[in-house]
Amino acid sequence: MNTTRERLVLIGNGMAGVATLEQIIKLGGAYDITVIGSEPHPNYNRIMLSYVLEGSQTIDDIVLNSHEWYEENQITLHTGVTVTAIDSDTQMVVTDNGMQIPYDKVIIATGSKSLILPIPGHEKQGVVGFRDIADCHQMLEAAKNYRTAAVIGGGLLGLEAAKGLVSLGMDVTVVHLMDDLMERQLDSVAAAMLKKELESQGIKFRMGAQTAELQGGERVERLLFKDGSTLQADFVVMAAGIRPNIEVAKNSGIEAARGILVDDYLRTSMDNVYAVGECVQHRDTCYGLVAPLFEQGMVLAKHICGSECQPYEGSTVSTKLKISGVDVFSAGVFIENEHQSVITARDDWKKTYKKIILQDNIIVGAVLFGDINDSAQLQKLIRESAPMTDELYAELMGTGGCSHSKKKASVETMANDEIVCGCNGVTKLDIVSAIQDKGLTSVEEIKACTGATRSCGGCKPVVEQILQYVLGDGAAVASSQGMCGCTTHSRDEVVAAIREKGLRTVKEVMNVMEWHNPEGCSKCRPAINYYLGMIYPVEYQDEKSSRFVNERMNANIQKDGTYTVVPRMYGGVTTPEDLKKIADVSVKYNVKAVKMTGGQRIDLIGVEKEDLPKVWEELDMPSGYAYAKSLRTVKTCVGSQFCRFGTQDSMGMGASLEQRFERLDFPAKFKMAVNGCPRNCAESCTKDIGIVGNDGGWEIFIGGNGGIKARLADSFCKVKTDQELIDLCGAIIQYYRETGKYLERTSEWVERMGLDTIKAAILEDENNRQQLVERVNLALAQVEDPWQKVLNDEETRTALFGKKVEV
Amino acid sequence: MNSVQTFYPVGQIDEFMSRIGRVLELKGIELAVFRTSDNQIYALENRNPHPKGGPIAEGIVSGHVLYDPLYDWQINLENGQVQAPDEGQVRTFDVKLEGGQVWIAV
Repeated sequence: MNTTRERLVLIGNGMAGVATLEQIIKLGGAYDITVIGSEPHPNYNRIMLSYVLEGSQTIDDIVLNSHEWYEENQITLHTGVTVTAIDSDTQMVVTDNGMQIPYDKVIIATGSKSLILPIPGHEKQGVVGFRDIADCHQMLEAAKNYRTAAVIGGGLLGLEAAKGLVSLGMDVTVVHLMDDLMERQLDSVAAAMLKKELESQGIKFRMGAQTAELQGGERVERLLFKDGSTLQADFVVMAAGIRPNIEVAKNSGIEAARGILVDDYLRTSMDNVYAVGECVQHRDTCYGLVAPLFEQGMVLAKHICGSECQPYEGSTVSTKLKISGVDVFSAGVFIENEHQSVITARDDWKKTYKKIILQDNIIVGAVLFGDINDSAQLQKLIRESAPMTDELYAELMGTGGCSHSKKKASVETMANDEIVCGCNGVTKLDIVSAIQDKGLTSVEEIKACTGATRSCGGCKPVVEQILQYVLGDGAAVASSQGMCGCTTHSRDEVVAAIREKGLRTVKEVMNVMEWHNPEGCSKCRPAINYYLGMIYPVEYQDEKSSRFVNERMNANIQKDGTYTVVPRMYGGVTTPEDLKKIADVSVKYNVKAVKMTGGQRIDLIGVEKEDLPKVWEELDMPSGYAYAKSLRTVKTCVGSQFCRFGTQDSMGMGASLEQRFERLDFPAKFKMAVNGCPRNCAESCTKDIGIVGNDGGWEIFIGGNGGIKARLADSFCKVKTDQELIDLCGAIIQYYRETGKYLERTSEWVERMGLDTIKAAILEDENNRQQLVERVNLALAQVEDPWQKVLNDEETRTALFGKKVEV
Repeated sequence: MNSVQTFYPVGQIDEFMSRIGRVLELKGIELAVFRTSDNQIYALENRNPHPKGGPIAEGIVSGHVLYDPLYDWQINLENGQVQAPDEGQVRTFDVKLEGGQVWIAV
């Protein structure tokens, strides 16, 4: 160990402090670093807690620096420890568990805490702030056990908390002192639009209400307002503001007012002690948003490492509400005075609002609602005090023509050290270097490499623009060609070559078509394996090593390496005997969860890999193919067997279609539904093939999707008899199998091919239809149940599922 | 660093299917063992380098690269390094082939 290295102690293991450390490490600062944090977690992205509450992310997803990161950078981390004071005489940092840690330099980054209003009853159970993972857990717990919640505070944090609790199924009222929501960021118009939107999402509001007391027993039961009215609530979130954590500074004799006072280099009044982030008061301002933290951190890191840097002169703050489906942005001045002029565009039909405020023709502020595509640009214009011009006006207010080239230009003029991703502190230079040095061509790759767009995603438009600017037009061309990075050949060229040249194996295709990567990748290998099987249904030997894990194991892998098992239940109909078997097996093999799927099946979640064959054997039911690019399920309604509205036997037809077309390989997963009448209880409109019975026959719909890109199915045709229905399904399936790109769902396929083309090939050309039916029948004659196959093949069973050998 | 390595016999090469990983437990360590198309054997710790963890044995093998089954990261079988744009490291173990016998050192 190098003993000459200086010792740097970071108090506070949060975003601001750790971001500063990351910068210091990047700049090559040689310090022995110790981090002390009072939360029991590694550094996580606090601003993403809203998404955790809302359920779109997990705690794991929002961890920014894993324990390994600390190890790799040789940082000593003490979690669950609170620093009580800094002793400048002995140059020691003192902690609540009695540690004394010597330092050469200290950074205080203790952040802030929720302001708990000192009203009577605030100490009752069920009253929390919304600041950290612990609060988040309490809210998640509360949602399980209680029904009504009140959120005090209609600002950013309060609204995010309220939306989270609504998503968790609680009845939530936001209590706000003022008449406008987010009155520190929005004007009345935007605030009213926001309120309306949130009301439609299920949040209730009590405006202009001052809470006088929290009443109840040990636990809070209701809020009493100043006007004497009350509101029932068995859970209360205080989100009325934040207060910088300045205890350490105060105990150490460091000057502090609302926050810890720092100069333009983030120096406190004590020598060798710095402060950064929300605990800081700089030029009379305490910031509670993320972007300034990174700007401060950058200056501090450079200063500590002795590199040249401009002083920190404050930040232009902008706000973005992190609620899915509600886009709000504000920056700079948001309510004009009589000396300022305003440009507005309000559209109550599209629910958008845009306001730009000018002072002496300089852009000083903006508010956006509904459409925030211009947010990054406006933020930059405000920061740079840019004047309004005819071009800018045309671009921003939508009356001009080609705005694309101008957007590129604005990325071009952006300074290299400007932060693009405020959540993760990624600069333009970081992104440009990553694109150039690592040859990145997509936003996804940039995200994986630099972290930009990883959190709130607000900077995605700018990242896209940078990507376009760096790569120019060449990029788009290069990435649009080829099935994957291993080849320049498209899907159609590969399929044509297989047919024309009679290629028979994946290896042969790659050799003959001169793949750059001789054994292909996880994208092209499964695709070629599928095309070969589709073209040579009888002869082709499926290549297990080119199957994605789920299709190789005939089960769905979970993140911990266990699997899920879904037995086949034709048409979603089961029997008490089968249910008994499923229950017995679930108990015997300690299944972690038993869940109904969206396709009317039972999912046994958390089966160990070694147990899979035994589970299949004891279930003694066919595979439900929930893991495969194949026919997953045929969902049915009750139909004419029992339902008084039923005109057709949907259960019977569903079961026989499922029996007929199961086990066949498709380009992507494939879902069907059969309904007994136009009430459509089994939801045909979101299925690859949806069938709706009527008095005189059946109507067929194709290309529906309820997933990532929802699409309503198109009506394809009407048929009179059951046999016609089965034949047409077969023809549609085979036509999709033969013309679909691997992984392309029918919703995309219908759009790409055109409904008319598909109709022409199947409905108008009777001869072609018959051939399609013959070919699908030939393919269907080859399939067998994969679970039985494994059970009858000892070698595969041992190789794939064999018990771990203790050697 | 462990200076002393002990090689343990773990079976014949034929017991490892080409380009399909197999899980072994050796002295308390869970290994993912791969036989590549050039009949080399590689032994890595069966632990996904992604922060969410999980196994790697079920991935797709291409040349001396593994596409991990959960997050599609590319892992170099020779040294366990995760390839760009992702970053990470999987522990690797020495392997020797004598006749048809596979030996792995832990």
